[in-house]
Amino acid sequence: MEKKKLKLNGNTYLLFITVLLFIVMYIAGIIIFHGKGFGRFQVLLNLFISNAGLIVIAAGMTIVMITGGIDISVGSVVALVCMLLAWMMENKGMDAIPALMIVLVVGLIFGVVQGFLVAYLKIQPFIVTLAGMFFARGLTAIISQEMISIKNEVFLSWANAKIYLPFGGTVNKKGVMLYPYVYPSVIIALLILIIVFIMLKYTKFGRSIYAVGGNEQSALLMGLNVKTIKLKAYILNGFLCSIGGFLFCLNTSAGFVEQAKGFEMEAIASSVIGGTLLTGGVGNVIGSLFGVLIKGTIETFITFQGTLSSWWTKITIAALLAFFIILQSLFAKAKEKVNKVS
Amino acid sequence: MNKIKKITSYELFLPIMCFILVLLINVIKTPTFFEVSIKNGVFYGYIIDVINRASELVILAVGMTLVVASSGGTDISVGAVMSVAAALCCYILAGGQQTINAYQNPYVLGILLALVVGVVCGCFNGFLVAKMKIQPMVATLILFTAGRGIAQLITKGQITYIRVENYKLLGANIPGIPLPTTIFVVVIVVLITNIVLKKTALGLYIQSVGINAKASRLVGLKSSRIIFLTYVFCGLCAGIAGLMASSRIYSADANNIGLNMELDAILAVALGGNSLSGGKFTLLGSVIGAYTIQALTTTLYAMSVSADQLPVYKAIVVVIIVSLQSKEFKKIVRGLKDKKADGRKEEQVA
Amino acid sequence: MEQGVVLTMRQIGKTFPGVIALENVDFTLRKGEIHALMGENGAGKSTLIKVLTGVEEFETGEIKMYGRDGAIINKSPQEAQKNGISTVYQEVNLCPNLSVAENLFIGREPRRAKMIDWKKMNQKSKELLASLDIEIDVTKALENYSIAIQQMIAIARAVDMSAKVLILDEPTSSLDDSEVEKLFALMKKLKKDGVGIIFVTHFLEQVYAICDHITVLRNGRLVGEYAVEHLPRVQLVAKMMGKDFDDLAAIKKVGEQNNEEKEIIIEAKQLGRVGSIKPFNIQIHKGEVIGLSGLLGSGRSELARCIYGADKSDSGELLVKGEKLLVGAPIHAMQNGMAYLPENRKEEGIIADLSVRENIMIALQAKRGMLKLISKKEQEQFTDKYIDLLQIKTADRETPIKQLSGGNQQKVILARWLLTDPDFLILDEPTRGIDIGTKTEIQKLVLELAKKGMAVMFISSEIEEMIRTCSKMAVLRDGCKVGELKEEELSQDSIMKAIAGGVKNE
Repeated sequence: MEKKKLKLNGNTYLLFITVLLFIVMYIAGIIIFHGKGFGRFQVLLNLFISNAGLIVIAAGMTIVMITGGIDISVGSVVALVCMLLAWMMENKGMDAIPALMIVLVVGLIFGVVQGFLVAYLKIQPFIVTLAGMFFARGLTAIISQEMISIKNEVFLSWANAKIYLPFGGTVNKKGVMLYPYVYPSVIIALLILIIVFIMLKYTKFGRSIYAVGGNEQSALLMGLNVKTIKLKAYILNGFLCSIGGFLFCLNTSAGFVEQAKGFEMEAIASSVIGGTLLTGGVGNVIGSLFGVLIKGTIETFITFQGTLSSWWTKITIAALLAFFIILQSLFAKAKEKVNKVS
Repeated sequence: MNKIKKITSYELFLPIMCFILVLLINVIKTPTFFEVSIKNGVFYGYIIDVINRASELVILAVGMTLVVASSGGTDISVGAVMSVAAALCCYILAGGQQTINAYQNPYVLGILLALVVGVVCGCFNGFLVAKMKIQPMVATLILFTAGRGIAQLITKGQITYIRVENYKLLGANIPGIPLPTTIFVVVIVVLITNIVLKKTALGLYIQSVGINAKASRLVGLKSSRIIFLTYVFCGLCAGIAGLMASSRIYSADANNIGLNMELDAILAVALGGNSLSGGKFTLLGSVIGAYTIQALTTTLYAMSVSADQLPVYKAIVVVIIVSLQSKEFKKIVRGLKDKKADGRKEEQVA
Repeated sequence: MEQGVVLTMRQIGKTFPGVIALENVDFTLRKGEIHALMGENGAGKSTLIKVLTGVEEFETGEIKMYGRDGAIINKSPQEAQKNGISTVYQEVNLCPNLSVAENLFIGREPRRAKMIDWKKMNQKSKELLASLDIEIDVTKALENYSIAIQQMIAIARAVDMSAKVLILDEPTSSLDDSEVEKLFALMKKLKKDGVGIIFVTHFLEQVYAICDHITVLRNGRLVGEYAVEHLPRVQLVAKMMGKDFDDLAAIKKVGEQNNEEKEIIIEAKQLGRVGSIKPFNIQIHKGEVIGLSGLLGSGRSELARCIYGADKSDSGELLVKGEKLLVGAPIHAMQNGMAYLPENRKEEGIIADLSVRENIMIALQAKRGMLKLISKKEQEQFTDKYIDLLQIKTADRETPIKQLSGGNQQKVILARWLLTDPDFLILDEPTRGIDIGTKTEIQKLVLELAKKGMAVMFISSEIEEMIRTCSKMAVLRDGCKVGELKEEELSQDSIMKAIAGGVKNE
């Protein structure tokens, strides 16, 4: 029993570090930007509002990464989804609901094709999704090279429906009580997060995803159909990606070619920061949520600070990603050593 | 039959066929494709343009080939590293100003530091891949995203213009010489690389490590050092390419220099008949691959496809090539053939 | 079917292209017995297991299970499992990232309203393990536990999936003594419950400690089935190795030279590596052929790898020609005159896509350094010389090595090392999977090299071959060097006794 305690459980550590990092960062923010109202509840809610899409996409990314794969096409797929929505509603006069349905199907198709190439042709996920990334971005440009703003009323009503929370309000200068609010996108994102969490934890499919990522050979010997499981994981990811794109679009209400550039990095970083191992087999969406929140907090910092430019976000995220990747690699090495000695 | 087999099994068969195919399409589309005219002592023409425009890609493909061969992974940060190198060079030359008409620092210093920063980026990637054993594409993903941010940081988010005549020389023509300077740079880079690979044992080492790292270690090779070196070299190539791209527009545009080049470079390597899982490689194949892609790009432009839309077609080509290379695909095809053959046999029996 | 028999295999035959892997092999397993399956490399025991578990198809014969009508044919491990045959391998085939309970129940999780019932699963796991006297926290990830525990969990899974036949394939190779004890306790318990266990191992001690019956295979044929108490150790070794000398001419004259007075090339003092070879001493003189003898897994390859630096040693010191050497990587060993032909030709020897020429040149090139490229002309000369000298059959010197036959590939690797002109050459199973003609050629070559003053370390599972070539022999057992035999002591009997544990003269 003694021995067991000594062994590093790197995976729990990584998640712990992440949650702690978020809390420390947030408290630091409250202290540094004391005068600017960083501590208001609404600022925290804004983290969710502006990252609703990313939360869903990071959940999808986490699933794929648990199988030992990766998907770098998500940013471009988001752009494609936004562009399709905008184009169908504004240029083709389609209603919001059928447009949404079509977009979800597009996400599914992306998942099927990429999943097939990865699972059945065994092409490196990176190459497949790199091609997917360029394909989706190019397709966006083919649809329209101009920005299309969405003016569809139904869509805008979804986007702008404020849902007030019955607590946590602050009184403004005029003495009016302001209750904090969220948009429907946040509710959808959190609902999906919970569903994915339950799926991963309590269903046969969810557990087989972990098994495949842990040891493909063993999974096969234990009677799991590895190819189908991988394919399904990519399909699910494609579907989540289109939902995420839709939520993202609710925030921007527009479609343009350059949209959501580098989004794949944010999703991967959130997942990795949240404790998902690049080698597969370990990860959970709650961790990824914290990953997203950390990224959001960095952005909020930069906004509150005022003089820093937006590219700082990318650099910081990349630095954080590098840090966590190296940490994972070190944990893996340490574990190897411990195992060898025992 | 045997002869055909011999020809098709020649390692450069695929790249050369692709190249010829693309050229044919070009000639049909534009009969003047191979025409070259001289204006003001400088060669002009489609073909010159293709060769000129392909220069950055050829250089990146050279670096990428070695990375793929040694590590079986790709460096997706090359485009971003190009923009970092360009940004640093312009920043140094402009002394921090936004537009200049005269160098604030020596030209050589700018060039040198740009190359150094390329090497540093390569070292970073190489460290993560060779020492920390991180999958190449995840490791290079870091610079892939951060690179342009860093470039913008250097140029403070503005486009830095270098309005000095000799800055344009690298991307244009040196007076009195009828061919674009880039062609000479490409020839030098390819030649030097080829000489190093052929006149030292490096080429053999890289292939050996890429094919069987365990066996290579036992015959005395230091696998991780060799992999590291290829990434450093790839960074240097990206630096050179970045300088050329910057000279063409005599500025540093952090957002657009080297944009989408990583896919082109990977595509060039694959088109060159090199396996993306590493091992044996042919540098010449990748070079031909790069020119093929540029010719294809020119064709697509001629068909009024915009720069934004190009990746769609290239992505399709990538997927087709890697699918054809995939062992599983071959298995499936063989399975179908067998079935057909079986079917025929059964018919005969019946 | 006989009373109490759970499994019979009759007249099993299987061929691989060019090789007969199994020929008319019979095997019988009774209820509640532990049955050892023994044999050296290429004896056919792993093929027999593969045939039984559906990894490979067999061509002739039949397999019958108690309680099943007619013969059964397993097409996959899953099907074998359904028929009540489960296997636990040395490398545990479970998922390290999942909890113990999940590993026990994956694919058949208890569910409530379509959701996995974790509480029930953990409860059931705990009960299952408790019934086998394993007391651990089932909610923790599998990777937190030692290999021994992981193996027991794999066994528990197999047993719970109603295994009537449990195959343990080299389960003890990476366990320490106390862990082996625990595993044995579990095996005894299962035996009492009526499970038939097939135990594949190289450790003689363990066979005698726990098994009831032994079936010995050699060269794809059944040697016989014996009750443990009727088969003394030495006889077992004899049966495994085969006493039948083949008629190859004696190629060595005994006592021609006295090597002991010559210069010491290699000396190891308490060199060792945790988990692979216990600290050992060894002296190797110029012109000496030292054989490493012992069963597979006894540490013979590990000892060699430790000297060469293929695996870094973590204790003791190594002296090369009297000077202390720190071997951090194989290149250091090479630079000090060592060469190593690894046991696993495919994975560690050949560089498959490279040509014969490149495969021959690579070691010398690595030794000389990157900048000093050996000229093409010189390379061709060297290559041709060795193709000629070793009679390597290849279409061309530029043919990729993967297109050559096994024997010729081995000659290429040999050429690679001879070219570096080593003082000390390690040959780990150089003749495995090679035709008899090439075997003799390699043996002759070894003697010639020794005559010229090279020190050679020769590892082989074939005793005759060792007697024919070696001038002294170190014997290993269970990861430990247990003794040395001088040339005049070398005989089938003495070697087998030493391997079986008769000699302890150190």
